[in-house]
Amino acid sequence: MLQDIIIVLAIMILGMGIGLFIGNRPKIIKIVGILTSFSIFLLLFLLGIGVGTNDKIINNLHTIGIQALVLTLGAIFGSLVCAWATYKFFFQTKKSD
Amino acid sequence: MKGSLIILSFFILGLILGLTQFLPSSLLEGDFSIYALYLLMFLVGIGIGTDRDSWKVIREVNIKIVLVPLSVIVGSLIGVSAISVLLSNINFGEAMAVGAGFGYYSLSSVIITEFHSETLGVIALLSNIIREVLTLLATPIFVRYFGKLAGIASGGATAMDTTMPIIVQYSGKEYAIIAVFSGIVLTVLVPVIVPITLQFL
Repeated sequence: MLQDIIIVLAIMILGMGIGLFIGNRPKIIKIVGILTSFSIFLLLFLLGIGVGTNDKIINNLHTIGIQALVLTLGAIFGSLVCAWATYKFFFQTKKSD
Repeated sequence: MKGSLIILSFFILGLILGLTQFLPSSLLEGDFSIYALYLLMFLVGIGIGTDRDSWKVIREVNIKIVLVPLSVIVGSLIGVSAISVLLSNINFGEAMAVGAGFGYYSLSSVIITEFHSETLGVIALLSNIIREVLTLLATPIFVRYFGKLAGIASGGATAMDTTMPIIVQYSGKEYAIIAVFSGIVLTVLVPVIVPITLQFL
């Protein structure tokens, strides 16, 4: 798995290098944007098929939904508390100068 | 928001096709989604590389601004880790992988599906969509109780696009640049942090 992760990250970094090299060419950027959308559509479509044919997920859909919801609440609440501290100690004082 | 609905409709279309078994088995057995993920990562990379405006934003900002995405990362990961204690069938690493999507549901869910399981991929998809929706709905309340960075923190990676209008409306125009910066940093870090958190299983 670690190997797969490294491959994926290396491919992204390669893309970034090529992107920096290509630079500001609106036509290419537009095509890349469209292709990105399509590959996301394809992957989510495939995930949909995988989920639809996976009885374990379908039979536990409400449990999965609840887990997703509480994890989100945790993530948002944690972020809000940290952002509040950051705002209080680093941003608010500067604003009142 | 329109984009999210289109993405979700592709997922639901696949789901219906899967449920009705209306598919040739060759499509189900072939594991070409990993190649689609490689293609996606390559394109995401090019997108980041060619985005000159983003690089300019990153170069020009005050160093203090780095604390904003950092707060989102630390807060999200601590938040989901705490929740994972309450959930019997989600462990620490799995919860962190879901939290590390920071609202970027399309990419985080496909990475988790590829590297872990479809079940966790679906949890990540739902969770990160909920994150975006809650940010759109509750930013006014968040800002009132948690200060002007609250919308940006709640929005995570989406603060640079879908949730930016609501953030600017309730925190002020001067927060737009912070929202874009934080969103960009988190977007770039999703494909890095999600796989790393999956190592903590």
